[in-house]
Amino acid sequence: MDNSIKKQILLAVVAVLLLALPFIASATGYPAMTSLATRALIYGIAAASLNLVLGYGGMVSFGHAAFFGLGGYVVGILYQHYTQDDLFLGLVPGTNQLLVTLPVTLIVCGAAAALIGALSLRTGGVQFIMITLAFAQMLFFLFVSLKTYGGDDGLIIRRTNELFGLKMRDKQTYYYVCLAITAVFFFLLWRLVNSRFGNVLTGLRQNARRMAALGLPAYRYKLVAFIISGMGAGLAGCLMANFLRFASPDMVHWTKSGELMVMVVLGGVGTLFGPLIGAAAYIVLESVLASWTEYWQLGLGFILLFVVLYTNGGIEALFGRLLGRRV
Amino acid sequence: MLRRTFLALAASAMAAFPALAQDPVKIGLITTLSGPGGYIGQDIRDAFQLAIDMEGGKLGGVPVDVKVEDDALKPGQGKQIAEKMLSNDGVKLFTGIVFSNVAGATVPDIVDAGAFYISPNAAPSNMAGKECNENYFVVSWQNDSLHESAGQLAQNLGYKTAFVLAPNYQAGKDAITGFKRYFKGEIVGETYTSLDQTDFAAEMAQIRAAKPEVVFQFHPGGLGIAFLRQYEQAGLLSTVPMVLAEPSMDAVTLKAIGDAAVGLNISSHWNADFDNAANKNFMEAWMKAYNRMPTYYASQSYDTALAIASALKATGGNMDDADAFRDAMRKADFESVRGKFKFGVNQHPIQDWYHLKVEKGEDGKPVIKTVGDVFKDHGDAYADQCKM
Amino acid sequence: MTLFLEQLLNGLQFGVMLFLLAAGLTLIFGIMGVINLAHGSIYMVGAYAGTWVAMQTGSFFLGIPAALAAAALVGAAIEFLIVRRLYKRDHLDQVLATFALILIFNQVVTLLFGRQPLFVSIPPLLDGSVQLLPGLPYPVYRLAIIVVGLLIAVGLYLLINKTRIGMLVRAGSTNREMVRALGVDVRVLYTIVFGLGALLAGLAGMMAGPILAVQVGMGEQILITTFVVVVIGGVGSIRGAFVASLLLGVVDTMLRAYLPSMLRHVMVGPEADALGAGIASMGIYLLMALVLLIRPKGLFASNF
Repeated sequence: MDNSIKKQILLAVVAVLLLALPFIASATGYPAMTSLATRALIYGIAAASLNLVLGYGGMVSFGHAAFFGLGGYVVGILYQHYTQDDLFLGLVPGTNQLLVTLPVTLIVCGAAAALIGALSLRTGGVQFIMITLAFAQMLFFLFVSLKTYGGDDGLIIRRTNELFGLKMRDKQTYYYVCLAITAVFFFLLWRLVNSRFGNVLTGLRQNARRMAALGLPAYRYKLVAFIISGMGAGLAGCLMANFLRFASPDMVHWTKSGELMVMVVLGGVGTLFGPLIGAAAYIVLESVLASWTEYWQLGLGFILLFVVLYTNGGIEALFGRLLGRRV
Repeated sequence: MLRRTFLALAASAMAAFPALAQDPVKIGLITTLSGPGGYIGQDIRDAFQLAIDMEGGKLGGVPVDVKVEDDALKPGQGKQIAEKMLSNDGVKLFTGIVFSNVAGATVPDIVDAGAFYISPNAAPSNMAGKECNENYFVVSWQNDSLHESAGQLAQNLGYKTAFVLAPNYQAGKDAITGFKRYFKGEIVGETYTSLDQTDFAAEMAQIRAAKPEVVFQFHPGGLGIAFLRQYEQAGLLSTVPMVLAEPSMDAVTLKAIGDAAVGLNISSHWNADFDNAANKNFMEAWMKAYNRMPTYYASQSYDTALAIASALKATGGNMDDADAFRDAMRKADFESVRGKFKFGVNQHPIQDWYHLKVEKGEDGKPVIKTVGDVFKDHGDAYADQCKM
Repeated sequence: MTLFLEQLLNGLQFGVMLFLLAAGLTLIFGIMGVINLAHGSIYMVGAYAGTWVAMQTGSFFLGIPAALAAAALVGAAIEFLIVRRLYKRDHLDQVLATFALILIFNQVVTLLFGRQPLFVSIPPLLDGSVQLLPGLPYPVYRLAIIVVGLLIAVGLYLLINKTRIGMLVRAGSTNREMVRALGVDVRVLYTIVFGLGALLAGLAGMMAGPILAVQVGMGEQILITTFVVVVIGGVGSIRGAFVASLLLGVVDTMLRAYLPSMLRHVMVGPEADALGAGIASMGIYLLMALVLLIRPKGLFASNF
């Protein structure tokens, strides 16, 4: 059978499984599986966004938690002003409508990514890793010292944002909302990485000098990729804050940036669906191991080590080899 | 003969039948077991288990099944575990959370789902006031009380000027607010440290320069150990006395500081030397089982188990009737290791607070002794805002 | 004025501790091109091993060789078993593998030593404080840390500039391929450098023992700050690491000591304190961002 047909069949099977998941979950007596899957989808969006700069663009950002957390805080802060019925900075009214918070998140995170990216992209290599970390840490300490917005304790969002009068509190409904957003997100991402822009980005990673010789402005391309990536991570943060009904500095902490990186590498760097698989694997592992033993981090550590040392390209590559596809 | 044996067997089988039919009551214990705060979660888990073991696997005569999971001090993780236990395992009774931020994220989910949360430790102010809930009980204290009692203690000891320090997070700011609510003297210095800070040399220099009569500081767990040792090393412990609330001087911290801690004043609601039957019982069983000094976290968790036991006994372990369980909980019909105990209108404790002092014990090692009272029947400042 | 001097000493002492960690990290970074997140775990291993031996024997000074040996052995083992396979991989794989090592080390230490922090007291020889100036008492132990740190800095300077190993290290951090091409057994060199870095981290851990709480997770707290030092100083440069360590130690201490009181002139007390503490925590990252924007390769960049 042709490889592309194989791939399409696989995609269709996965899509059906994802659509049926809440029913499978309640039928098998594990209703919490729906929530687990929701988390995996959300982290999948964040990891795939990171992968755009990391895998396709070759920019190792160690500060993507900044955008993830910022997205969460946009929802939290707007909700707080909505319930208190006052204005943010005396200007902006609060809201609890997802159709408002989502675009606001994208604008705020895009602007933040433009600023951080514009400065960080002046460096490269290890320095780029560290300067992105530095900006994320600054944001972390900013949120920790903002007493109005909960400081270190975080911000409780009593009710999930509203959308078309859906029962967003219901876990299945929220799962389908996230699934729809994830599908749209990955469709756009697929278009992006296969566009001229995506090709240039990959080219820049492989050989920056040749691209410069072709007269392409590397800095501008990289910056645009960084901004899109920041918006994607912000989107995930927005969904996560709505899911947890909680935003906290924990979302901005450097270990969160590390976790996102782990998901990308676990799934497969520079592949479209690798980060989603990696996110799902990480979330499931964490949850399953934690229910087995309180020393779950030990198991997780060994599994990660194994993946790095022996799989050579993450889970996506493992699958690829099992399917007989050359990667 | 045979017939009689058969009858006896049948009778005993009949007698055993109800016990067999009763499924154990599932209790979800979500606590922090990894990282620097891990020893606190360990004491909470061990004390809860101790109470169950002392009753032979039961609480209040009802078999229980405790599921322990580590929240790794991540609010999101706590929420996820609670959700899993609620929907997959049908758990209706939760306890165990150590830190306020995890509680803030997790407890609303639990009570919104109609389950109960009985807190053995964290009790943030919003959940004691406006957002109190009829399914939310606190057996330990409301966060502010710890520091209010320390403020009153400093006042009782006659100090006129104080230097106050706490980490720059909500519980730290609450600590300083609580202290100032009852300390009427002058605050000559107020410093916020960082939560991941381990070197306090800069703060020591500031304290020395400010020359206060007393220092109040709140640094839980490992932070407190580092702070106190550096305070001693800077030569301050012998010149500026310190008043503490119990989180900054538990059994683990005392072991770390050693002789230098002698003379420190602490406010607390429980101490290992309390002279009541329940406490003696607890101390004996604890030392036998674990052979280390329990922290006050352990005592609170043990009390939590006893409180749950009293309610399970009253309802016969029927968790389906939430109203009956709630009414039984409210009575607080158990022998607390701290002596007197009752719940206020917001289902937070009303209890006595004591003045403890570190003294040299008979074997030469420092011990924490109870020397007097600070508050009688002290509730919290938020109960009025609670509409239930 | 004496207060200022005391804070300066505090900053110096913090800087020296950072240097012990940063020296190893910058060499590993510069010579092998490996991002080693597990460096903080080695610091923790040193602290635990040294403190445990000191507790068992009652002698702080017996703890020191134990800390050094444990840290160096663990460091060499990590290099030999895991990091060696990662030299040719990209930074991502290294980050992931050493992140996994952090998880493993934290849990293994918990299993071995329990969750309660360990503690050792200052040896009587170094206990107490001395009057440096009238009105300026300073703990002897902290002075000792400063002296030890400076001695090690001098030692490293001599090692790198005057010995054959040092020559290879210098050559390695400038042009890795060339050293290999010249027929030097880089494998041995790598293991030695990794072990040396681990040794210094272990020493730092042991020295921190009597001041801080020896507990699980102590490595991560200082790891990120150490990375900041390495990057500000310039990857691969010991001199850069030294200057950046002291700079960072002093800046961090001074910000924490003086920023809140400066802010209090313009805003109300508690808010100034909280905001000041927040900005002070941000300080080192702000410094790093500024340095990198002006000198993208750090203060003392080698050609790497």
